[in-house]
Amino acid sequence: MIPAAFDYAAPASLEEAMALLAGHPDDAKLIAGGHSLLPLMKLRLATPQLLVDLGKIPDLRYIEEKGDHLAIGAMTTHYQVSISEAVRRRAGLLADSAAVVGDMQVRNRGTVGGSLAHADPASDLPAAALALGAQLVARSRSGERVIAAADFFQDIWTSALEPEEILTEVRIPFQDGKAQAYEKFRQRAGDWAIVGAAVSVARRNGTIDRADVILTNVGPTPVRARAVESALQGQPVSPEVVRAAAEQAADGLDPAPELKASPDYKRHLARVLTRRALERALQIS
Amino acid sequence: MGVPVTITVNGIQRQDEVEARLLLVYYLRDTLGLTGTHVGCDTTSCGACTVLLDGEAVKSCTVLAVQADGHAVTTIEGIATDGQLHPMQEAFWAEHGLQCGYCTPGMIMASIALLDRLPRPTPEQIREGLEGNLCRCTGYQNIVKAVQTAAEQLARA
Ligand SMILES: Cc1cc2nc3c(=O)[nH]c(=O)nc-3n(C[C@H](O)[C@H](O)[C@H](O)COP(=O)(O)OP(=O)(O)OC[C@H]3O[C@@H](n4cnc5c(N)ncnc54)[C@H](O)[C@@H]3O)c2cc1C
Ligand code: FES
Ligand code: FES
Repeated sequence: MIPAAFDYAAPASLEEAMALLAGHPDDAKLIAGGHSLLPLMKLRLATPQLLVDLGKIPDLRYIEEKGDHLAIGAMTTHYQVSISEAVRRRAGLLADSAAVVGDMQVRNRGTVGGSLAHADPASDLPAAALALGAQLVARSRSGERVIAAADFFQDIWTSALEPEEILTEVRIPFQDGKAQAYEKFRQRAGDWAIVGAAVSVARRNGTIDRADVILTNVGPTPVRARAVESALQGQPVSPEVVRAAAEQAADGLDPAPELKASPDYKRHLARVLTRRALERALQIS
Repeated sequence: MGVPVTITVNGIQRQDEVEARLLLVYYLRDTLGLTGTHVGCDTTSCGACTVLLDGEAVKSCTVLAVQADGHAVTTIEGIATDGQLHPMQEAFWAEHGLQCGYCTPGMIMASIALLDRLPRPTPEQIREGLEGNLCRCTGYQNIVKAVQTAAEQLARA
């Protein structure tokens, strides 16, 4: 399988990349790690006229602690995120989800920016980004805007980014003290999630102050399990509370059937994975 | 229209003009004649095409040759030194870590990258680390053994 022919540019700076996108609003595509885009191009499901490679822009790969948040450059790979001490300490859920993306080789190439921009409902990072209250920085020649993760994922493979915008940075408020975990279920090693659950729980004096519970691959975007969140809020941390709350993870869910999983099976997985993620995060079982 | 690239392959700097859509695996196999790197699935699933890009394992069927411009690639042809097999090659041989051999170049490159990050992996960590490499023959037992043997060998070296 060979992609259709395209023109190729590898700009050395963000400014140059933004100018290229502005000059080709309809037919250019950015390429980061290429691990979502190249498979689509090989199948000729994507046939960009111009490929703009972000790989030669030096300053898009970093993880920094800045005041009250982590700043992660869009070209940072899943592997780099998964092993970063700063990410483990400040936003453990992100490291947890990046560590289970695909396989070793995929994590070496795939990037945080590419994963979020691609907005695939089966991807692991979008659910984490939502649970973490991430802010996404988009830049174009018309300026910079900051988009909340909650507004970013709009539909299957559709984000809030305009064609001429580049996702440059992901900002994650420090999560210190929160109990967090990501659980995914896959049929084969290295696979995408059939369903995933990202949880983040803030506690105060043994009671749950706030819970964020976001599910992967049960709708066109990551889905917030509101019933679980409100069942947890204000409750003491206990196995019974967690089990009862997780039972509500499928409330209102209407997942599309897939070859590998019926809607009922996905609803079942949503309940089980939500419970497992909460139990692991809160260290109860 | 060609794109000029400079890629260091197994320590030798290569300069070529390539079509932008040329995949790295075909650059290695067809342009350079390094056919040790195999294509199994062509869909980023099997790992037969695994090479090292700046020391990290990548699936070269899903990297453009132009993306490797300015970087260093190591293939299975580049790991023996002075006619001496790499300890990982020795270990695959000694432990019968292969049958038909189709997956072997990718397995060996992924295993080298794995030990680079985790010099003394547990069997579970080996299985996890190699989850992107499929073998239809061995049942993996002897591949895991080979990686353990190589780890011991390299630790002694
Ligand atoms: C075999 C295999 C298994 C995988 N398994 C998983 C899995 O289990 N879980 C998971 O989450 N993912 C999985 N992935 C996807 C992988 O994580 C991708 O790498 C990731 O989703 C996209 O990142 P990328 O850097 O490769 O983006 P690319 O493929 O380069 O780009 C993807 C899209 O995003 C756009 N884009 C890229 N960067 C930017 C940017 N900075 N600003 C604006 N737009 C941008 C591109 O134009 C393109 O449309 C898998 C991929 C493969 C090949
Ligand atoms: S040929 Fe590249 S992963 Fe199978
Ligand atoms: S030895 Fe035949 S595929 Fe692995």
